Amino acid sequence: MVDANTKKTLQNIPLLQTRASPRDKDLWVQRLKEEYQALIKYVQNNKASDSDWFRLESNKEGTRWFGKCWYIHNLLKYEFDVEFDIPVTYPATAPEIALPELDGKTAKMYRGGKICLTDHFKPLWARNVPKFGIAHAMALGLAPWMAVEIPDLIDKGIIEYKEKGTQ
Amino acid sequence: MANAEDIQRQIEDLQNKLDSLKKNARQKIDQMSSEVKDTNPYSRLMALQRMGIVNEYERIRSKSVAVVGVGGVGSVTADMLTRCGIGKLILFDYDKVELANMNRLFFTPDQAGLSKVDAAAKTLTFINPDVNILTNNYNITTVESFNHFLDAIRTGGIVEDQPVDLVLSCVDNFEARMAINAACNELNINWFESGVSENAVSGHIQFIKPGELACFACAPPLVVAENIDEKTLKREGVCAASLPTTMGIVAGMLVQNTLKYLLNFGTVSNYLGYNALIDFFPKMDLRPNPQCDDSYCRQRQIEYQAKPKEEKEVEKEEVKEIVHEDNEWGIELVSEDDNLPVSSSTQQAPGSGLKLAFERPVDSEQTTASNAVTDDVSLEELMAQMKSI
Repeated sequence: MVDANTKKTLQNIPLLQTRASPRDKDLWVQRLKEEYQALIKYVQNNKASDSDWFRLESNKEGTRWFGKCWYIHNLLKYEFDVEFDIPVTYPATAPEIALPELDGKTAKMYRGGKICLTDHFKPLWARNVPKFGIAHAMALGLAPWMAVEIPDLIDKGIIEYKEKGTQ
Repeated sequence: MANAEDIQRQIEDLQNKLDSLKKNARQKIDQMSSEVKDTNPYSRLMALQRMGIVNEYERIRSKSVAVVGVGGVGSVTADMLTRCGIGKLILFDYDKVELANMNRLFFTPDQAGLSKVDAAAKTLTFINPDVNILTNNYNITTVESFNHFLDAIRTGGIVEDQPVDLVLSCVDNFEARMAINAACNELNINWFESGVSENAVSGHIQFIKPGELACFACAPPLVVAENIDEKTLKREGVCAASLPTTMGIVAGMLVQNTLKYLLNFGTVSNYLGYNALIDFFPKMDLRPNPQCDDSYCRQRQIEYQAKPKEEKEVEKEEVKEIVHEDNEWGIELVSEDDNLPVSSSTQQAPGSGLKLAFERPVDSEQTTASNAVTDDVSLEELMAQMKSI
């Protein structure tokens, strides 16, 4: 699934070095800094290439992440809340990214709106521990999921365009 | 509109139903009795002693087991242990009962919407009030809940502040298995992993004794990322198949080995697989990986190696040399593979007849300018920068 475009995106996201989970006090702070730097670089790249598509922030401990992501389809912008926890076994296991408002609307989702990453993302993640971080999970996990699912959900009339400010 | 009389009648009706339910529930029993009576719920279990299978079956009352995941396998597992009269059962799950679960055993449609642990605890207490059942309704993979989980199994024994005797993993995802693995390696608690495949026609149980047997992180799934375009991603949906049969069989294998382990009878299987299509039950031992990513696993391995091993009684087979009465042509059998070269990787031989298929490359690539560099900036600055983009 890694096409030329994704490859280029991927190459421009800094790799992480520290293998640490939220339980590893000081090392986790180090990892968290790397996570933020990679994310900032990725968002800056997106903005520069006019493909900005998400914002994320975390709680103070960096264990819970939340924000918005959006998808442009036929010139309309569809925006969703995105959230996930950093699992205790991170980075051996990837974060389970969730779009809660789509829970129950597509079969490619687990309970609570966690998107299905099994086929297209988890093998990649597993081979790149600990170098991949949240930015990579967004680029290789959520982005392709949305590219496949959102147009389909729109076509089926399951999600509808909302005017700005009506949410 | 209902008038007062109707309501009165309804209350009486409900009261009667409630009374009959209470009447049906049995009282607690202090001592397991082996008396053969229709009213003794333990007579058939105690008969295991008379049959010479188990010594002192009643020891089961001094055992505490944690069941993580109360779904298709976990609920049946908890049911079986409850009926066997286990002393204490600690249940973990964060899901609710759904009608889509009704192709499995145990839960009933009227329980839809209830949390799985509460629904299970209610049924189980009704079946056997002697079992001390604790429920935990949270996702063990999150940081906060994981600490509760650690505490619960570290202090969940029958005796206060002692760990549970065994943890049974009946979860349906990789993240939760890795979390149980991390907890049990850290606390040095033995556990069984169990699983049923997504296509519902195979399953397995795996015994994990930290340091002695392979942990769940010792042999990560052999993942191969394929070069396929995202457009060709499978679209049928993620709904996994399941059968009550396969789940029942796997739960049976799991509890059978739990009983053997807790009550010291028979041989506990270290790994037992089940292929439903051809009824094949492979069995094997999995040794730990000295390069396991889990540091507690490596530590347990060192501890295990330092421990004196129990001498296993090896039954000596007396090989009698076959001597034929006459052999006038001097014919003898010569083994052909005596002189074959032996695999050179004997460094850490995984077992007789086995060799390592993969040596982990040394992590050397700590280079390249594309790595995230984190000097000179504080986390707060980075968080603020991210927010202000």
